[in-house]
Amino acid sequence: MTSIDQGALTGTGARTSWRTCRFSGLKIEANAEALIKVNAVAAVIFLALGGLMGLMVALTRWPAMQLLPAEWFYLVLTGHGANVLLFWIIFFEIAVLYFASAVILGSRLAAPKVAWFAFVLMVVGAVMANYAVLRGDSTVMFTSYPPMQASQWFYLSLIIFAVGALIATFIFFGTLVVAKNEQTYDGSVPLVTFGAITAGIIAVFTLASGAIILIPTWFWSLGLITNIDTLMYKVVWWGMGHSSQQINVSAHVSIWYAIGAMVVGAKPLSEKVSRTAFFMYILFLQLASAHHILAEPGMSSSWKIVNTSYMMYLAVMGSMIHGLTVPGAIEAAQRRNGFTRGAFEWLTKAPWGNPAFAGMFLSLVMFGFIGGISGVVLGTEQLNVLMHNTIYVPGHFHGTVVAGTTLAFMAMTYLVVPLIFQRDILWPGLAKLQPFVFGIGAGGISLFMMGAGTLGVARRHWDMSLTDAAHAYEFPAAAYLMMGLNGISAIMAALGGVMFIVIVVGSILAGPRLDRPGAKLTFPLHDKSRESVSEYGSHGTLKLPGTLILVGIFFACFVLYYFVNWKYLSELWLFN
Amino acid sequence: MAIHPPSNRLWWKEPIHGIELAWIVIAFLWGLFMFFFMIAWHFIGQQNLSNETYKVKPEAYAERVEAFAAEFQATGDDGAPLEEDGVPVVRPPVGGDAYILARLWEFWPILELKKGESYRIHLSSADWQHGFSLQPTNINISVHPGYEHIITLTPTESGTFGIVCNEFCGIGHHTMTGRIRVVD
Repeated sequence: MTSIDQGALTGTGARTSWRTCRFSGLKIEANAEALIKVNAVAAVIFLALGGLMGLMVALTRWPAMQLLPAEWFYLVLTGHGANVLLFWIIFFEIAVLYFASAVILGSRLAAPKVAWFAFVLMVVGAVMANYAVLRGDSTVMFTSYPPMQASQWFYLSLIIFAVGALIATFIFFGTLVVAKNEQTYDGSVPLVTFGAITAGIIAVFTLASGAIILIPTWFWSLGLITNIDTLMYKVVWWGMGHSSQQINVSAHVSIWYAIGAMVVGAKPLSEKVSRTAFFMYILFLQLASAHHILAEPGMSSSWKIVNTSYMMYLAVMGSMIHGLTVPGAIEAAQRRNGFTRGAFEWLTKAPWGNPAFAGMFLSLVMFGFIGGISGVVLGTEQLNVLMHNTIYVPGHFHGTVVAGTTLAFMAMTYLVVPLIFQRDILWPGLAKLQPFVFGIGAGGISLFMMGAGTLGVARRHWDMSLTDAAHAYEFPAAAYLMMGLNGISAIMAALGGVMFIVIVVGSILAGPRLDRPGAKLTFPLHDKSRESVSEYGSHGTLKLPGTLILVGIFFACFVLYYFVNWKYLSELWLFN
Repeated sequence: MAIHPPSNRLWWKEPIHGIELAWIVIAFLWGLFMFFFMIAWHFIGQQNLSNETYKVKPEAYAERVEAFAAEFQATGDDGAPLEEDGVPVVRPPVGGDAYILARLWEFWPILELKKGESYRIHLSSADWQHGFSLQPTNINISVHPGYEHIITLTPTESGTFGIVCNEFCGIGHHTMTGRIRVVD
């Protein structure tokens, strides 16, 4: 069964070797495989480091515990942001880009040597950033707002990392060109690749924004420039800081579609709709820098309204569309698979025991309900004043980046390990539980931080009891309770994170080998033979009642929460 | 499947499912509503962050705040200048300008305002960025050095209110607070 075609020659004369995956039928080139492996492994290492730092932050913010002293708290918080938000996520995204181009299109990777160079740059940047933070003179938080200054190594490290990531993104684009020229696929690129292209395009202007602001800031730290305008810095920096979160959104939505396809055989209900939704991201998501400028002086209300709403919420519309089409595609597929009873048999009989599916579906639900709704409310011009820089903000983005992106990436890893590393998952019992432990923990930290933020607790703050402050202020007891519950949730999320790392590292090093004939997957992929014939996703599916109910509940929550916040706002002191 | 090229080469000619179409329309209209509601609140609402901002030199701003505090410092029943925690309590004229200086690590001075009266509150920083977070009211505004932000503020309740810094400003960040008193 295993077919490994060695030594096929390519136009450039470089030797490339191929194998065909027995489980997915995908054609995998050796260079692409190796680069996916190293980027994924680097991602997991920085997740472990950043996750540990995150646990220490949460335990410090638990008032009854206050684990770290103040200096260490701010230092570790700076490192936490860089390691998980940048390094874990971007290394994994590079692996996703290579997977979505070379593996899904069955192409060779363009310029593998340059791809290795990009990887080395990213590793150098990431290690240097940790060095700069840990030596103690770069405790400026991940956002490094001037006039507070970090050491030159901090800015330089981020520039090196960004350059590496940019080169890797161009390898992705190059691979698309190679695949097109060598006609490795027929017709249009698959939806998952289309989503990855969206992520890649957003990555280019995100990384460009980063370069535009970090290079002068680096010169400033070297003494070559005397002043960095604080407001300009925020506007441009967030062109990187927030837009990079849209790379995550595009990447994890692609992963939702990919896992749905591989595990239950989901087809997009309509290619046209899902692709248009991705296209909305390309057009409008880069305006999101404004989400961080709503409570600033110096920018006009009209600028704020147009930008913060992604031009009349057209990018939010893109996300709402995926919010229907992803579960809709799964429901339609499950109905084809024979689960047709009632509104929800497709969901209750879904492969919840497969961590890839469970993680994917939890990620979808929590990203929408927690991260998505809170994000729109937080990004409304006037409502932002209720929550700006309170711990509501980290509550929101842990709902998007941890419960959404990280959980989706973890789910994808359960497929990457067997398909790319050719090792089966060790300890399947533990793996079945992992998405739930991590997901509930991540959902908890998001909700409890949002709760505390609604009560006014500041983010990035060592001591909410304000013990040493000149003027005492006492936060309500409920806020203390929320921060305690946040600590407990963080322990649970950390436990889920440890389970993930143990399973993945264990499986890669010692999992049952799958490259031998007859080896079977513990968590099987979708079996096409069981499915009824269909031409496209919604073909032959008259109704999607389960999805309709889920989306109805989502919309009701959205509208209700939106107006509750306007009610809060209308009760504030008057200001204009 | 989403990981294979569309089986129909002319995928853009496939029909759109009715549920999808309905949801797209709902999402689009809801987006329009949310967009226009922000604009509408500028006319019907009384909580809109001011756009009035001036460039200012941090040292010049600090001097103006000190002059303001000296001019309007409140006096106690015994005629002595009023202080709280060693910080002057200042009673700005009703409807007039009032200044708050954010600096490492305090909001200075303490303002005493009258409930239901408006004040032009000037906000700026002497050094790094700070976060003006009025508690328990929960009004949160960023404070930049070099930018003077003027907000017309009308307290609607009386009592003692805390200002907590919510923008990271170095190792003393968690000790940075201020106070506003509102009297009937």
